[in-house]
Amino acid sequence: MRAFAFIFAAALIALPAAASAEEQTIKLKPGPGLDKVEANCQACHSLAYIPMNSPFLNAAGWDATVKKMINAFKAPIDAADANAIAAYLGKNYGS
Amino acid sequence: MFTRRHLLQTAGASAAFAATGSLSEFAHAASAAADLTPGVPTGVSSYVTMGTLPGKKPLIQLSDRPPNYESPLEYFRTPITPNDQFFVRYHLADIPEVKAEGYKISVGGDGANGPVEITLDDLKKMPAVEVAAVNQCSGNRRGLSTPHVQGVEWGYGAMGCAKWKGAKLKDVLDKAGIKKETIEIGMNGADGPAVPDTPDFIKSIPLWKAVEDTTIIAYEMNGAPLPHFNGFPARVIVPGWTGTYWIKHITNINALTKPQGGFWMNPAYRIPVGKFPIRDRFITQENATSTPITEIVVNSLITSHREGAKVKPGKVTISGLAWDGGYGIRAVQVSTDGGKTWSDAKLGQDLGRFAFRPWSFEIAAKKGKNSVMVNATNVIGQSQTAALIFNPAGYHNNVIQNLTLNA
Repeated sequence: MRAFAFIFAAALIALPAAASAEEQTIKLKPGPGLDKVEANCQACHSLAYIPMNSPFLNAAGWDATVKKMINAFKAPIDAADANAIAAYLGKNYGS
Repeated sequence: MFTRRHLLQTAGASAAFAATGSLSEFAHAASAAADLTPGVPTGVSSYVTMGTLPGKKPLIQLSDRPPNYESPLEYFRTPITPNDQFFVRYHLADIPEVKAEGYKISVGGDGANGPVEITLDDLKKMPAVEVAAVNQCSGNRRGLSTPHVQGVEWGYGAMGCAKWKGAKLKDVLDKAGIKKETIEIGMNGADGPAVPDTPDFIKSIPLWKAVEDTTIIAYEMNGAPLPHFNGFPARVIVPGWTGTYWIKHITNINALTKPQGGFWMNPAYRIPVGKFPIRDRFITQENATSTPITEIVVNSLITSHREGAKVKPGKVTISGLAWDGGYGIRAVQVSTDGGKTWSDAKLGQDLGRFAFRPWSFEIAAKKGKNSVMVNATNVIGQSQTAALIFNPAGYHNNVIQNLTLNA
């Protein structure tokens, strides 16, 4: 069933009652673009997916991943943010 | 046991807190890095902890949103995995708590004579079937792929075996009536995406698989209601096939006269054509290069010891589990000389052809390093692979395990 509304804040805060009792605290590496990662990626998923999928992707691999999030999963990320996110991931979590 | 180690780690953190007065030392949950399967990407160990979902024992928390938690090795020492130790896997983060009261499944589609609604009570009034079956994530052991591939980086623990009780999917379909043009049965659950345009997790199975007597809509798991995180109030059970088809919180079942579309049927959950020794084909979804993943490949796991475990020289009993896509396990063989010679392990309790089959084998450990390899063979003669059959999604990893014990 679809979520009825996309309310960004609600997606972050109003987790269903049965959500994890132990929320993850993922501290990503500091660097340019981290703000865009935090603002976009965790609308849909935990930031854990980033260190989990490291450090085996190269910069092109991370760029393709960001494009997959936009094209296949329809993440509403604008082009400037997408570039900043891909650059951050390639630099900080790339192979 | 991880529980003891975690207690020790917690005690250590408390001591550090007492000594330094540093709250930050104490606030961090203990790392679960030691619980990970050796070989998963190193990035996993940088953040992973055990996480305890409501009603669950601690599981390896790969991600909390959507919840992806795998069972540590110690939970696989029995052929039935208790409900509170069973792994949790979701693709999408909007997961409502579905109440039994008011719950219904809509059955329809262009291949149905007419839509009907089935309540939980309706399901329970139908003839019940109970089947012990392994639910294994398609991507179990993805984290062990070489080279690594993207996705949830599972080790050994994205699997479990339970006794599932429910109504036959066939009986549910018969309530609506199925036209002869029906080729697939489409399924959707109550969980959905966090943003509206993300493809909803909708799957289908071929009609022939849907109407098998063991394909059921289960409302009981090991004699109890399903835990929320395993699909309460009811989920589809497709014994022999990987977990992608076992739709949780099932709300919609559609008889289809055309192949189910959508991201999760194609390009997701596909394997290259011709690479794996697969018998079950999902022909209405096949194309020239790829085909949907179907049955679980024959596999085994040593669960008595971890990689590098210390043992005393002399007799050591190694034990574990073996399973396959529903043909049943014929033999489990162990080699302690690097694969030159193999001996039959003793098979344990047979809970049915879809279930984990326990096995055990006594080795004579010599001082120093001891190699223990395990290879399962199923009733139709399929065995595990010596070398990884690489595929981009990291599915079907049944490489023969080679464990080192230190005596």
